Amino acid sequence: MNNSQVNRIKDTAFKFFAIACTFFGLLVLAVLLYDILSKGLTRIDLDFITNLPSRRAASAGIYTALLGMIWILVLTVIIAFPIGIAAGIYLEEYGKRNRFANFIEINIANLAGVPSIIYGILGLELFGRILGLGNSILTGSLTLSLLVLPLIIVSTREAIKAVPKSIREAAYGLGATKWQTIYSIVLPSSFGGILTGLILAISRAVGETAPLIVIGALVYVPFAPTNPMDEFTVLTIQIFNWVTRPQAGFVTNAAAAIIILLLFTFMMNGIAVILRNRYNKKTRF
Amino acid sequence: MVSVKERIIEVILFLCSLLTVLITLGIIVILASETFNFFSKVSIIEFFTETEWTPLFANKKFGILPLVCGTLLVTVIAILVALPLGLTIAVYLNEYANQKFTAVVKPLLEILAAIPTVVYGFFALTFVTPLLQRVLPNLSGFNALSAGLVMGVMIIPYISSLSEDALRAVPKSLREAAYGMGSTRLQTAFKVMVPAASSGIIVSVILAISRAIGETMIVAIAAGQEPKLTLNPLTSLETITTYIVQVSMGDVPRNSIEYSTIFSAGITLFIFTFLLNNISFVIKRKYHQKYE
Repeated sequence: MNNSQVNRIKDTAFKFFAIACTFFGLLVLAVLLYDILSKGLTRIDLDFITNLPSRRAASAGIYTALLGMIWILVLTVIIAFPIGIAAGIYLEEYGKRNRFANFIEINIANLAGVPSIIYGILGLELFGRILGLGNSILTGSLTLSLLVLPLIIVSTREAIKAVPKSIREAAYGLGATKWQTIYSIVLPSSFGGILTGLILAISRAVGETAPLIVIGALVYVPFAPTNPMDEFTVLTIQIFNWVTRPQAGFVTNAAAAIIILLLFTFMMNGIAVILRNRYNKKTRF
Repeated sequence: MVSVKERIIEVILFLCSLLTVLITLGIIVILASETFNFFSKVSIIEFFTETEWTPLFANKKFGILPLVCGTLLVTVIAILVALPLGLTIAVYLNEYANQKFTAVVKPLLEILAAIPTVVYGFFALTFVTPLLQRVLPNLSGFNALSAGLVMGVMIIPYISSLSEDALRAVPKSLREAAYGMGSTRLQTAFKVMVPAASSGIIVSVILAISRAIGETMIVAIAAGQEPKLTLNPLTSLETITTYIVQVSMGDVPRNSIEYSTIFSAGITLFIFTFLLNNISFVIKRKYHQKYE
């Protein structure tokens, strides 16, 4: 066998090894989904969604955790989106070439890499203790807002960057001011990209557990929260609580709650993918 | 009138972007001030040299080493899984697979990174550990191995996607020159493309390491809560993040020494990830200059 044949064989061997690696990742994903579905699917019924938490696995439900999650999400959206989009607009449209913007860019890259549990410590001290908001829904959503802010800023900048200069200049040529151009030309044409980023931010917030544990979210909340100052729990913390209990019934509950959580996550990511594809096709100028 | 309005809007937008700097400052100030409190009660030498971490027991010892060791052990296992798999996938998608296959597989793999980590914790504890126990009978119920393996799978897309982007950014001419010399795809990939994209690949690995060090829920659920200075992946141990969760779940009075330990543990974690993120940022800057 000559050298070139050996090289060919190596090449083919690597190809099959690589295909195996690729499918290994997908296989783990499939096994994970199958495992969770087989453990939890039969547990899901209307009672599971509408029941309050209970010390008995069979009658426990996720009602308060779901409501807590929705409260947290709505407030996070209200707090983080305007600030994140505004910051993204500033960095891309106003302060693009100065030193401050350069510094902020490094800073945002850093913030995106800070472990989420550190945001929990920040929220615990800043919102819980110094501002006196305790372990309320408001503390939770302020904390998650800080966490998703870098994500929103980066995706807003990416979306705005994709708007070509020519249509901006056309607006200026018609006598529009900078803000008029941004508000009525740039934002509408980058809307799809910004929205994609926002949905991914929501998906991230839904899946977070650690920072909410650190700020003191409870594991057992026997009432539905009614205002932002109430104590709360969320779906991920409920799952964590059930996983750590020894009785078998709670493992089933955890799997069932995970199915609901994954439905949310996949729905959000699916919408984001569809939006991105549609937006990419639409806005070729 | 118009210009006043324009000016006000610009200032508001500026303040929103300034907020991100305040977040970083807030993190540093809060971690540092509470850590300062901590070191007024515990000697800094004990913190770095003591080999036991028992702040929640009657006989309190404050050595961060066991937590750092646990964190690094799980991270090493995760990278040992994610780096070979992630890099092989990136090379395959870039050099071998056709575009349609890549367009389908890449987003599918990215689902791995989108799944909430509490789900992986559940998977590690209730599926992977029992499975491994059939092969390794002395594997304890909570262990670093299954937490690390599952975390490794979770961070595959960080390495595969970012490395694939880096490989794709390599100028086509380099690849064609290699083919022109009679190289196989394998030789082209590992002798030309990977070296050319090395800085981008290194960035992806550093980000994956940083992600693994800060990961909380998988280890909190599946790796246990026993701080141990060990390199044995078969026993239970505790990571920095798990310790912070453990204290947060318990009833620790504020202003106590136990409470301030989460800040000293937190700042240790923060310094690790901060350094890694900045190193990756510096490499990224240089790498972009290289191809411009």
